[in-house]
Amino acid sequence: MTVHPNFPAADQPSRLSTDKPLSVAILAMGGQGGGVLADWIVAAAEGAGWMAQSTSVPGVAQRTGATIYYIELLPERDGVAPILSLMPTPGDVDVVLAAEFMEAGRSMLRGLVTPDRTTLLTSSHRSYAVGEKEVPGDGIGDPDSVVEAAGIAAKRIVAFDMQTLAEKNGSVISATMFGALAGSGVLPFAREHFEAAIRAGGKGVEPSLKAFAAGFDKVAGNDRQEIVPKAPGKDLPEPPVTVGVPALDALLARIAALPESVRPMAYAGARRLVDYQDPNYAAEYLTALEELRAEDERAGGAAKDWRFTENAAKYLAVAMAYDDVVRVADLKTRSARLPRIRREVGAKDDQILGLTEYMHPRMEEVAGTLPARLGHAIENRPKLFAALDRIVNRGRRVRTDRIHWFLALYAVAGLKRFRRGSLRHEREAEHWTRWLALARRTLPANYDLAVAILSARRLVKGYSDTHARGNSKFDRVLSAVPTLLPQAEGGAWMERLIKAALLDEEGKALDGALLTVASAYETT
Amino acid sequence: MAERSFVREVEELKLGEGEIFRGEGILAITKALLQSGVSYVGGYQGSPISHLMDVLADARGVMDELGVHFESSASEAAAAAMLSASVMYPVRGAVTWKSTAGTNVASDALSNLSSGGVTGGALVIVGEDYGEGSSIMQERTHAFAMKSQMWLLTPRPNLPSIVEAVEAGFELSEASNTPVILQVGIRSCHVHGQFVAKDNKRPAFTLRQAVENPRRDVNRIVLPPAAYIHEKEKLESRWPKAIDFVRDRRLNERFGPEEGRIGLILQGGLYNGVMRALQHLGLADVYGACALPLFVLNVSYPLIDDELVAFCAGKDAVLMIEEGQPEYIEQALSLILRRHDVQTKLAGKDVLPRGGEYTSQVLGRGIGAFLDKHAPELLGNRPPVPSADAILATPEVKALAGVVPARPAGFCVGCPERPIFAAMKLVEKELGPHHVSADIGCHLFSILPPFNIGATTMGYGLGPASASAFNVEADKRPISIMGDGGFWHNGLNTSVGNAVFNRQDGVIMVVDNYYAAATGGQDILSSRAENAERSTNNSIVAAVKGVGAKWVRHVDRTYSVAKMRDTLKEALTTPEKGPKVIVASSECSLNKQRRVKPIFAKAVKNGERVVKERFGVDEDVCTGDHACIRLSGCPSLSVKHTADPLKDDPVAAIDNGCVGCGNCGEVSEAAILCPSFYKADIVFNPTKTDRWLARLRDRVIGFLQRRRDARRVSFA
Repeated sequence: MTVHPNFPAADQPSRLSTDKPLSVAILAMGGQGGGVLADWIVAAAEGAGWMAQSTSVPGVAQRTGATIYYIELLPERDGVAPILSLMPTPGDVDVVLAAEFMEAGRSMLRGLVTPDRTTLLTSSHRSYAVGEKEVPGDGIGDPDSVVEAAGIAAKRIVAFDMQTLAEKNGSVISATMFGALAGSGVLPFAREHFEAAIRAGGKGVEPSLKAFAAGFDKVAGNDRQEIVPKAPGKDLPEPPVTVGVPALDALLARIAALPESVRPMAYAGARRLVDYQDPNYAAEYLTALEELRAEDERAGGAAKDWRFTENAAKYLAVAMAYDDVVRVADLKTRSARLPRIRREVGAKDDQILGLTEYMHPRMEEVAGTLPARLGHAIENRPKLFAALDRIVNRGRRVRTDRIHWFLALYAVAGLKRFRRGSLRHEREAEHWTRWLALARRTLPANYDLAVAILSARRLVKGYSDTHARGNSKFDRVLSAVPTLLPQAEGGAWMERLIKAALLDEEGKALDGALLTVASAYETT
Repeated sequence: MAERSFVREVEELKLGEGEIFRGEGILAITKALLQSGVSYVGGYQGSPISHLMDVLADARGVMDELGVHFESSASEAAAAAMLSASVMYPVRGAVTWKSTAGTNVASDALSNLSSGGVTGGALVIVGEDYGEGSSIMQERTHAFAMKSQMWLLTPRPNLPSIVEAVEAGFELSEASNTPVILQVGIRSCHVHGQFVAKDNKRPAFTLRQAVENPRRDVNRIVLPPAAYIHEKEKLESRWPKAIDFVRDRRLNERFGPEEGRIGLILQGGLYNGVMRALQHLGLADVYGACALPLFVLNVSYPLIDDELVAFCAGKDAVLMIEEGQPEYIEQALSLILRRHDVQTKLAGKDVLPRGGEYTSQVLGRGIGAFLDKHAPELLGNRPPVPSADAILATPEVKALAGVVPARPAGFCVGCPERPIFAAMKLVEKELGPHHVSADIGCHLFSILPPFNIGATTMGYGLGPASASAFNVEADKRPISIMGDGGFWHNGLNTSVGNAVFNRQDGVIMVVDNYYAAATGGQDILSSRAENAERSTNNSIVAAVKGVGAKWVRHVDRTYSVAKMRDTLKEALTTPEKGPKVIVASSECSLNKQRRVKPIFAKAVKNGERVVKERFGVDEDVCTGDHACIRLSGCPSLSVKHTADPLKDDPVAAIDNGCVGCGNCGEVSEAAILCPSFYKADIVFNPTKTDRWLARLRDRVIGFLQRRRDARRVSFA
């Protein structure tokens, strides 16, 4: 064995140095360039004459999974190389760099962020995990939890959207993060050392330096904690008094007669239906809404903030603006669409844009568009229907940038004027009438439950199988109405059922919730 | 073509005597091999030693200059068998793989090798994939070392120690005629550090000399009676020689004070973690000074009894710090102390956790508990140890557990394997769920959301073999999956050959993405790239037919979801018996992008007409049901909240990461999802004809749009 003689005697622990390395943990997702960032930090430290050690656990974690890079930095002392750790110790980390906002949350969950010493630099952008995206409802994690936790866990927080800043500068997030790190001044190296590290990397140097500078400037001299951007608020403006078009002003006058709290939603609904069909259709909507408002009033709605009417304003508009081929064709042929897409895909002015739509019409949709009697007639002849379906039912790549395909969709959009006589319209109207009737019947007995019945319309969405599944969930949720009717908390239960129905595709959570309702009330 | 190029780093391999090498652990090992005069190197890629293979592949120039032969072995078994060159000839050879997965595969050859013994130094470098981020079962290489009697080096995790272990490993191997395993942890493989280089050495005895002057010795072959002689040799000759070498070369190390009532014994790989833990306890500093006697086992097997006895004797208690289970070293140490009648108390996994990674926090707690019991005075006034316990106990941080999403590894943007599993989901909706045997490789991510496909995985290339018990009369057929990497590693014979021979009535899906993608995109037999050094472009379909499979379908574009679905459905329903093999081919997106992007950028720069494809979602058309996401899982297909007051749920959105693979469109078409997807073809450097056509179209379409806009009554 090799005996290393340079140790203090056991009775002289005071000879131990109290030097500590600076420790930096990077939490990133595979593919975000966390390794490059770690290399840059090492290079900057070595350039400044420090010792640096970085480690990582790449492997399969690289494929979009969450992963950690860890770096320790310390100046050499008397030619003795420090002994550096290969992994972070909770409570012992100086800087945490998180390349995504929920990863900042993960760093706190892992105990890497402590109020006595950790500076938390995080990008505030979100990259949603599969678990957040795949639920049929809204599965997105609440960023406020991270904001709140960071408020008490970190010594200092630097948070802004490093991803967008990087994209704006033609680079990737590692460069803006490196800039933010340099700008924050938590590492005792001059800006030149950081920049030299990027240059020594040799790849995409100019864009990296630009993004680095942007990140640096964003943080340097600006110690204020940025407010983390929230999801966009709902676009619910107060209705104007007039827009100068008589047909629309008539609608506005009727909206103005509704209770104040209902007006923005009724205006949103009317706007949608004018856009979807025409002012007459919106007027029909307002007529229905006025009737519902009268019933709401009788049920004491004024004291309940007119929640029934407001919810009806929302979901009746959704129901009446059902998605059909005419609507899709209309939306896909509008003049505002192309500039929007050019912006979204980042096409420059001198570039030409081709557009292909992926459509899969079935005979159901075609029959739905036909006048109701003709549609029924075809549907009642299964052989004919199947034969036609064989012709219609296939995936179609629709080139809306080409004149002939555009004309075809343009013509379909033009069928709008026949829409209200179509088979589909007949079915949809029958569906929403039945649903509204149930809500109205419930209203005098159980206000909250009636409001929740309206909310259940949220479950009807999607196309083909997905639509069928949504409809079935809608029916199953409403099947609990008789049980819940006499219960004071029936409305709350119904909201819970709706929430459960949005948790998974098959409706397993809903089944469980329905069983709970049954066991709670049916036996008593 | 590997995922990462090491061409720049390879320059470091040329450093000479006295120069400072800076870089990753893996690269340092490569340099150490060249400094040791190695003759041949082989191995199979896999985390954490993939980079070692990639460095070697990129270092061809340096290797050729030195006359070193390098092979990307077909499997770990092939690599281990390669070491047989060192049995009869004085040539040094090294092979490498991921352990313990690779060691399992290699164990047949390793047993034969270690039984007969070696003449030239034989080194097996294993990257131990243990602890956080590991992708395999948590087992120890140590067991293999013991059962085959191969010496196990576990150097301290810094570059000089690792480099020294490589050099000493060859010498130990030659001195004891025994193959040696050098074990490095996953973090040591990727640790960045520095060491003082030496000149590279040409092998003194070349492979050419060997092959032109063959030698044989029947006593080195595992056959009776030689096999019995080997066992005797192992115990009576090789073992004592190894012990002498380890002792004389002082491979193990002592740190801290000469004397002490207590002491710590640890595997070399744990040294930095232990030192950090001691620092937190106020018993060491960052420059290596330590108030406790430490005994560092840079050689974990064999143990040197008298060194350990000398260390323990006179101490009240020692703590054996050993990661992983079972606690082989602690058991051996207990025996050593008993046999030598040393009464020192032995602690180990009574104060430390029996399993799991020994982080400095875990070590600190264990060492603290040991000191509390045996030498509490050393803890002094007990300075506060770094801890996040207080903050972790706050309701704000606790609440994060319900919010921060799990983020396991998954399929990349544009991955061609995703449509295969989308097709499987669609078939499942029609025909019901099937038993699915999965395999090792990127395709194993199908077991995670959103696909949730796959019941078992038994090993690399063993997917179809692991479905073989289900070869019974039944109304459903089992489906098994195997990647091209697994297929060539083991699967052609063990899975496909086995299925053909036993007339296995099931479906075998071979996922062919042109590379060993999960390990970093190395070329394999069926890779479609032209590789100057290797034979590529060998057909999987031909190989499958070659071993006798009759029902074989090739889908040469996995993104055709409808075709994938129909082919799979046919395989599940055809009356034909025996294996139904579907080879589903499309290039790994990660590697494709790496290949194509520079070509594209160059074409754009040169003013050539090129088209970039990207997908998008019409927000107004999307109803927020996310069915597309449940059939795709693409990282660039995401969701976003919308300002539309009539929409409760977030709508689908595609970000700038989209590579235009087409999967979204194909899936929505095949599954009849909503028509909100569009593909945008962005034409760079359009031609005159392009422009003329675009102007014409704009004119006609613009006229129609203006006409309708004018008639539209709207609030906006």
